[in-house]
Amino acid sequence: MQTIHLQWIDYTILIAYVAFVLGIGWTLSRYMKTSSDFLTSARSIPTWVTGLAFISANLGALELVGMAASGAKYGIATAHFYWVGAIPAMIFLAVFMMPFYYGSKARSVPEYLKMRFDERVRFLNSVAFAIMTIFASGVSMNALAKLLNQLLGWNYNAALWICSGVVLLYVLKGGLTSAIYTEVLQFFMIVLGFAPVVYLGLKDVGGWHSMNTSLQGVAVATSTNYAANAWTSTWQPLLAGPAHNPMGVDWFAIVFGLGFVLSFGYWCTNFLVVQRAMAAKNMTAARNTPLVAAVPKMVFPFLVIVPGMIAVALTANPGKDYRIPPPVIAQANYDQAVAVVKTATPADNAATVAAVDKALGKDVNPDKIAALVTANSTAKLADADIEKGIYFSVKENDYDGVILSLVKKYCPPGLLGLALTALLASFMSGMAGNVTAFNTVFTYDLYQAYLAPAKSDSHYFWAGKITTIAGIGLSILAAYFASMYNNAMDIIQLVFGFVNAPLFATFLLGMFWKRTTGTGAFLGLFGGIAGSTLFHALTIAQGNLPGVKGGYIKVLETFPSEMAQNFWLAAFAFTVCFTLTLVISLATKSMKTDAELRGLVYSLTPKTVDHNLSFWQRPAVLGTILLIICLILNVVFF
Amino acid sequence: MGLDIRWPIGLMFTLIGVLLAVFGAVKASDSVSLDININLVWGIVLLVFGVFMLLGAISGKKNPPSA
Repeated sequence: MQTIHLQWIDYTILIAYVAFVLGIGWTLSRYMKTSSDFLTSARSIPTWVTGLAFISANLGALELVGMAASGAKYGIATAHFYWVGAIPAMIFLAVFMMPFYYGSKARSVPEYLKMRFDERVRFLNSVAFAIMTIFASGVSMNALAKLLNQLLGWNYNAALWICSGVVLLYVLKGGLTSAIYTEVLQFFMIVLGFAPVVYLGLKDVGGWHSMNTSLQGVAVATSTNYAANAWTSTWQPLLAGPAHNPMGVDWFAIVFGLGFVLSFGYWCTNFLVVQRAMAAKNMTAARNTPLVAAVPKMVFPFLVIVPGMIAVALTANPGKDYRIPPPVIAQANYDQAVAVVKTATPADNAATVAAVDKALGKDVNPDKIAALVTANSTAKLADADIEKGIYFSVKENDYDGVILSLVKKYCPPGLLGLALTALLASFMSGMAGNVTAFNTVFTYDLYQAYLAPAKSDSHYFWAGKITTIAGIGLSILAAYFASMYNNAMDIIQLVFGFVNAPLFATFLLGMFWKRTTGTGAFLGLFGGIAGSTLFHALTIAQGNLPGVKGGYIKVLETFPSEMAQNFWLAAFAFTVCFTLTLVISLATKSMKTDAELRGLVYSLTPKTVDHNLSFWQRPAVLGTILLIICLILNVVFF
Repeated sequence: MGLDIRWPIGLMFTLIGVLLAVFGAVKASDSVSLDININLVWGIVLLVFGVFMLLGAISGKKNPPSA
């Protein structure tokens, strides 16, 4: 369909935002004196700021785009990514793991691994992490450039390079502090930019209750396997089995694969988020950072998943004149298709459909084309109406376009600029988060550790800056790679599965069992990553062809959905890593004395004493309260 | 670090809030979505949020946080 032309008010809002973001970078640049200021913020930031940055770094474009897409595909069950797949792990990080990260004085997660185990583990982890951040950043950038291309008709390449350029400027100027500060600004921008879209969407579908009624109709109409609550309940469709929910997963895959392995692997060991907490000004602030972050995380489903559900509910109301957007098709192709329909006669529908398919490069619904041609031959339709008819007849849905289609539908000029700026903000926060994590790990854990040890601090300060530029360059390459995939969320989950799933086993054993050895951890981690790669090569999801989606060696197992494949892959990788680490640790001799492990392992570290804090400020108390609220949410939407 | 983040947040949302609300008031016919002048309403919401942040920044300057 037509792209939107922004008015001056929209551009003003967009420019104001970019100006403030760059202004923060410039203001902070005069405080950047050492590599530690640039790469770790010299541990000086208050809790509420690190907390919101923690959540904002995670809230990349893939969250807004991917979660709305998942909301449309899977309904409220997508909230499992929050209430099962995030909150418990965030609380665990705050209460049990932060004392080791922050207390050990490590500058990064790989550095903690070096202290706890040895160089090999650090090397493996830092390389894997560096690759992963680049991919995550690339996926996020690709999503943004695609959106700008679809919404505004901007050139994909120009959008990609300009937006990356803005992130580069403010990260290069103000380092991690700049990234963290702008992430807080971005957090509010995202929430305040999208809240009105959700509000208007809900109003349009007649409120929460009526949205659910529409979704129940859709569920029953979609498949006879689905109960009416397939889109509107979180747990019941899962308990009914993989064939009875649109995710195609069972409860065990959600609880163990997502809730335990993927979730703890991401939130507790991913330096991208952990780095925000490590920048806090003291131990209490560091521990409370994930807890502050857990509050908005818990309510985000209403901001990011509900739009997808609204979109599906709209499709069930013909009067609303809405469909899940088809893949983007160039105007020239629509023009060709319109020309075909205009000259077509109802008698020869098969040829018309074939010609329209060819013009668009996409399959269309023959019945809808027949109706369109008939209508046009009875009374001549305007070109715009024919084009609209063709738009509605394209078979394929592009779920990633859902959020954008709602923004288009509900936002007048002004609000449109705000919502668009929010999208831009989500992209930038995700990208800046990845780039600042990447430059720290690369500079300290790869460059300083192996390539150029024992140089002056100003040397590493400059290395950090150059790494930032290189990181953004590589992300742009990764973005072009990511443009080959349809659902960004799935590919990210896959990468997390390869890298993060085994990692949590290493941390769990390393932090809580002093007998874990460096050799055990290294081989276990290596085995876990190799295991997940092998698992991916031997399994496939229903409907996919062997290749990049898996099964390229041989298909031993077919899963009902890609998501199920990802969750089981994670569970498998974790189990391999856990078992290998355990067995090899028992068979090898520990190189570290108890004294060396003090502050790194649970049983050898004096417990953090919270007596100086009032009862309600203690992480354990706050964590328990949050866990209870999370449980209540699960029950309410059961 | 020497910058209170509430300043830029407050200033930005105050500015955008005023812009949006004025646009909504002046060009009311362009600002309606589902019978609501959403630009005016949301502009005021942003303005209130921005001022709230600025007040926080001002009081933070008077009483710098101890730890």
